Amino acid sequence: MNTSRTLATAARVLRQLRHDPRSIALMILVPCVMLLLLRYVFDGSPRVFDNIGASLLGIFPLITMFLVTSISTLRERTSGTLERLLAMPLGKADLILGYALAFGTLAIVQSLLATGLALWALGLDVVGSPWLLLLVALLDALLGTALGLFVSAFAASEFQAVQFMPAVIFPQLLLCGLFTARENMQPVLEKLSNVLPMSYAVDGMSEVLQHTDVTADFIRDILIVALCALAVLGLGAATLRRRTA
Amino acid sequence: MMNYGSGPAPDGAPGPAIKAEDLAVVRGPRTVLKGLHFEVPRGQITGLLGPSGCGKSTLMRAVVGTQAKVTGTLEVLGEPAGSAPLRSRIGYVTQAPSVYLDLTVRQNLDYFATILMPGRGYADLRHDYVRRAIADVDLETHRDALAGNLSGGQLSRVSLAVALLGTPELLVLDEPTVGLDPVLRRDLWQLFHDIAGRGTTILVSSHVMDEAERCHRLLLMREGEILAGGTSRPEAGGDTPEALRRRMDTETVEAAFLRLVDEATAHETSSKESSR
Repeated sequence: MNTSRTLATAARVLRQLRHDPRSIALMILVPCVMLLLLRYVFDGSPRVFDNIGASLLGIFPLITMFLVTSISTLRERTSGTLERLLAMPLGKADLILGYALAFGTLAIVQSLLATGLALWALGLDVVGSPWLLLLVALLDALLGTALGLFVSAFAASEFQAVQFMPAVIFPQLLLCGLFTARENMQPVLEKLSNVLPMSYAVDGMSEVLQHTDVTADFIRDILIVALCALAVLGLGAATLRRRTA
Repeated sequence: MMNYGSGPAPDGAPGPAIKAEDLAVVRGPRTVLKGLHFEVPRGQITGLLGPSGCGKSTLMRAVVGTQAKVTGTLEVLGEPAGSAPLRSRIGYVTQAPSVYLDLTVRQNLDYFATILMPGRGYADLRHDYVRRAIADVDLETHRDALAGNLSGGQLSRVSLAVALLGTPELLVLDEPTVGLDPVLRRDLWQLFHDIAGRGTTILVSSHVMDEAERCHRLLLMREGEILAGGTSRPEAGGDTPEALRRRMDTETVEAAFLRLVDEATAHETSSKESSR
């Protein structure tokens, strides 16, 4: 691992994005628009908006980063730049951390805007600290980056990569407790939801929603999300092979 | 400055730039390279020629260490192919230009230069490398153009410029002139000769036989085997274009190659019939 190679990679990824302002605008504005929409969909029941809104603050970064990472790393693989980089003295960790750093930065900007809008303009009622919301959002973004990196190894085209979104993200979305509390699900599904990382992302958000201070459950939740992200990043690293057939 | 002229290098590492013994590569059900023996001398341009699909790219990928399932011995610059210390000593250009289309020419080169030579202390050196690489491929006027907006020929020159960064000891170029116009092709070959003149070894592949005449040495391939070249031994007739033409008694390398192919085919047919 080499810090300046990692930083150079992160800067390069951000520079590539800068040439694509439309993507940046979409990434940053879409979550805000969704929250705005949600606020007025649940105009008559602000409690529901609080619950779903807080969960979505954690889910948006995960989905966005999943998409951008899977497409960008797939591009690296298909354009030959990955082969070139791995034939050069670049460590796999440099590449992965570079990506995580670049997209993490983007996730911070996205989450700052979305959280700010939800809390101060849309009246999302959160008992805990907004900084904790931001922390969960950041970890979720990292998890999304990790998952995206991992599935990009199994996609042969951008078309397939996009299809991985419903395959990997939607089941988690259904089971994470966003639509109904996890303990009300059919027992098998509840057990399944216990092993999916997004469930803990949403649980963590609910903890912040309901408690003023940092609870033990909150710490457990964010640790699980962080460890899952690291584990999947490790798996993603294993899919980067210097020698390929 | 190292001198890779005709004699041994001053560090006492004479040997060839590339040395292969019984080199084989299996891809799926196919044996792409079938136990090759060859050497590539230092400081010269060795042309790897043969029809599309004969295993040229696989051979080059084995040399730079990106090919899986390589067996036999393959030594590059005195180290086993693909070992970590070689990664900064070899420049590699893949067949398709491998640069970031959503970065400018200079941003591409800046990034790859940092990978090659990280650290703030080398900033000036990197700047120098990038400037020289851009000048070598004659893209100064397009420095700040987005790679995605360049023409095909310009794009492959950006890809070449990346490989030139940091004066590698060995340049592996996979069909660098394919699809380029005649003027550009001539200019690139001039550049290859300039680079080789500075002491760099070049292994360049092509399926256009007239480019063979521009190489110092030849390595002719067909269906995963070496038809001719790859050895400097005089008893094998040498492997310069001239020696090949003389040995096969033909006007051009292309004709020599075709004659070799015909001989090999005839040999295969006769040995098949005799084994029946």
